Amino acid sequence: MSDEACVPINWEVDVVTARQRGRALASELGFSRGDLALIATAISEVARNILEYAGHGEVTVATAQDGRRRGIMVVARDEGPGIADIALAMQDGYSTGKGLGVGLPGSRRLMDDFEIASEVGKGTTVTMRKWVP
Amino acid sequence: MEVPILKQGSYLIASVQSALTDADLRQLQERLAGMVSRHRSRGVVVDLAAMDVMDSFASRTLRDTAHMLRLRGAATVIVGIQPEVAFAMVQLGMNLEGIATALDLEDGLALLDERVGGGPGHVR
Repeated sequence: MSDEACVPINWEVDVVTARQRGRALASELGFSRGDLALIATAISEVARNILEYAGHGEVTVATAQDGRRRGIMVVARDEGPGIADIALAMQDGYSTGKGLGVGLPGSRRLMDDFEIASEVGKGTTVTMRKWVP
Repeated sequence: MEVPILKQGSYLIASVQSALTDADLRQLQERLAGMVSRHRSRGVVVDLAAMDVMDSFASRTLRDTAHMLRLRGAATVIVGIQPEVAFAMVQLGMNLEGIATALDLEDGLALLDERVGGGPGHVR
């Protein structure tokens, strides 16, 4: 089983690679077709955020284990400008970039767990998990 | 990968065959705009049956494309969005509001006939 993949995000095509790697792992973990679409979409959004705000970063997909629960963990990491107001960034429709402001709040709705850590001038790390039902 | 665009009478049919990068989507938008002008097309069907993900960028680009083509006199119908993709889009907060959609290519062409009046063989 390909249990972990780290995809560097430098170009637009890397967004597609990241979501395809995530989908492949999620498929091996036994997620339904519906869940695969949710996971791939969430990965696409966080990878796109890296490109738009930081320019460079990486997306790691790995198997998550919590007691008897198994799932997928997605970590999107960058060393970009960071987010000054996370609560604001998590609001639907808020964006400082050219996006629609659905990326972060939308990804949270698509996944089961969603954590974001960010420091201005240091970077941002988004960690998301979805559990196999 | 370039999306094939087929000219059928006064309509254009774009069939997405694989995952699209942002650049592919922008290119599709530009090519459709160019072809609508060149062929004086009245209607465009974009078939997304092969798309496994419609994220916010793809949704926005397609919505903008449809609005842009409308301003050039062509009606756009988006068809073939898979059920799981539709579910993910709604969860994400994208719904292609204001854009005509249909189940598949056949229904999309029928919808264009209703809207534009005159089928693919229609000669103006």
